[in-house]
Amino acid sequence: MTPFTTLTGIAAPMPLVNIDTDMIIPKQFLKTIKRSGLGRNLFDEMRYTPDGAEIPDFVLNQPAWRKAEILVAGDNFGCGSSREHAPWALLDFGIRCVISTSFADIFYNNCFKNGILPVVLPQDAVDVLMDDARKGANARITVDLGAQTVTSSDGRTFHFDVDPFKKHCLMNGLDDIALTLEKAAAIDSFEKKAAAARPWV
Amino acid sequence: MAAAPKTLYDKIWDAHVVHQAEDGTCLLYIDRHLVHEVTSPQAFEGLRLSGRKVRAPEKTIAVPDHNVPTTPGRETHIDNEESRIQVEALDRNARDFGIHYYPVSDIRQGIVHIVGPEQGWTLPGMTVVCGDSHTATHGAFGALAHGIGTSEVEHVLATQTLIQKKSKNMKVEITGSLKPGVTAKDITLSVIGATGTAGGNGHVIEYCGQAIRELSMEGRMTVCNMAIEGGARAGLIAPDETTFAYIMGRPHAPKGALWEAAMAWWRTLYSDEGAHFDKVVTLRGEDIAPVVTWGTSPEDVLPITGVVPDPESFTGGKVEAARRSLDYMGLKPGMRLQDIEIDTVFIGSCTNGRIEDLRAAAAVLKGRRKKEGLRAMVVPGSGLVRKQAEDEGLAQIFIDAGFEWRLAGCSMCLAMNPDQLSPGERCAATSNRNFEGRQGRGGRTHLMSPAMAAAAAVTGRLTDIRTFA
Repeated sequence: MTPFTTLTGIAAPMPLVNIDTDMIIPKQFLKTIKRSGLGRNLFDEMRYTPDGAEIPDFVLNQPAWRKAEILVAGDNFGCGSSREHAPWALLDFGIRCVISTSFADIFYNNCFKNGILPVVLPQDAVDVLMDDARKGANARITVDLGAQTVTSSDGRTFHFDVDPFKKHCLMNGLDDIALTLEKAAAIDSFEKKAAAARPWV
Repeated sequence: MAAAPKTLYDKIWDAHVVHQAEDGTCLLYIDRHLVHEVTSPQAFEGLRLSGRKVRAPEKTIAVPDHNVPTTPGRETHIDNEESRIQVEALDRNARDFGIHYYPVSDIRQGIVHIVGPEQGWTLPGMTVVCGDSHTATHGAFGALAHGIGTSEVEHVLATQTLIQKKSKNMKVEITGSLKPGVTAKDITLSVIGATGTAGGNGHVIEYCGQAIRELSMEGRMTVCNMAIEGGARAGLIAPDETTFAYIMGRPHAPKGALWEAAMAWWRTLYSDEGAHFDKVVTLRGEDIAPVVTWGTSPEDVLPITGVVPDPESFTGGKVEAARRSLDYMGLKPGMRLQDIEIDTVFIGSCTNGRIEDLRAAAAVLKGRRKKEGLRAMVVPGSGLVRKQAEDEGLAQIFIDAGFEWRLAGCSMCLAMNPDQLSPGERCAATSNRNFEGRQGRGGRTHLMSPAMAAAAAVTGRLTDIRTFA
């Protein structure tokens, strides 16, 4: 996993609330057995007509935001299914950070496994950043995970909270499984205890 | 000093903590890991690349469901190449890693959340995960069950644990009894209507109250299934005699002395008097009406007697979202919901694909026919549900009513297989999501109970089951 430390980039505004995982990556693209190559179909049904032509109004089709690395989104981003294809598609497109007032739980966790930082900020901060994002390529937002801050193009800084363990893993690009396997002895001993206490499991 | 009172969630959580770090991050042991073909190939590939094994293959159960066609011949051939490759990958992974497997040729195959309980894999007090958000279904047994992403699937395969922080406790109480024509589906949709799709974010919901106690296991699974649409990590219902009666005798349920030992623990699985809940929502069972969704979010719920709302009646970002929903759904504010005409009826899914759901729909359809020109299909949740429905004569009622009688799978709930809506087609569906494009690009979904979907098939429009005669 690519570590995430700081990022300065173009932010795309997506003020719609409840952007769900079916919008982020429709199911016809879940048939892959790989993690890569999904960026082309990110937001597919909002981004392309049924015959595959770009819909010019869609934010990521507009010249100012084609190279966006940050999304500023409406409430409850990523609701719906557990598909990790959603963060895979965002990452493959080049999005490394999503900013919203709230995220669906599974999507939020999935981001951290893929080097994407989901940032939760209060409504007034998201409103400021949304306005900033609307300026397109002329406005670059800076996200600093170490300092836990987001800074708008005109220098307004907002502090965000993040779980210390998740932050540590993301900043260092750590593989969870290797970390957990260091606790193999604890898992062994739990299994023995549990087998005695609940032998029917 | 007596121990502090605990919620049901607290008790299950505490029984599964392998390790707790100073910041509260826990390593949680997983008792059952359910696997399907769509969210697992990358996880198994990860194991292979790192030379890791499945730590507890005996606790890991795989079944193909999302992608499989629901028409005959699928045991030998799946037309769509990508779907076929995914199903074949699951075949191979199940064999290579030695996990329990129900291939499409097995009568026990079906939707993973229907197969688990049916086979007795899901038991009270367990931790259950699956790379699918509707894993919440298993909470109906008093099991802590939730969806995970593919990286976490790999983590559970390799370690039989998950890295977790504890969620908050939320209580949803449904007092009193339901009125005739009102079902578990109406409860769960009404709760989401009341709390919103983010209402449960960061929480595990425990559903309780008389109306919940009066539900069958099938109904309880319907309620917990949609906890995720309410934003919750999981939904739970404390086990009781209804639960124990359902489990007893199932293939993987404990037997004899083990059953007695299990029962002794299961009977302790309830929220203690005075246990703390961070959030409490109470609905009166008598106030719940048969409901349908009008928009493209599961929170867009109204009683069937209602009218399509005016987007301006909402606040904040929901105004624009509702405007977009009505545009997508092809509806105008003020239209009576009962005047909305449909083209398609879908009965099935992990929300409403169990035997009781098929009985409820068949009871409405007996001696009737679907409206001419309308497409209607029933997709049983498992091969065993299908067989039982045939044995009970339900299949014939559906066929006589003009429904297609399909093989088991997720089917048109998420439309990954050939069962899809065409652009502009409008469907009365017993599934769980009405998102844009969910049942096919441009398809329009109205969520409701099986009885309401069956009534809509007869009249060709959204219909109040209470006045349907």
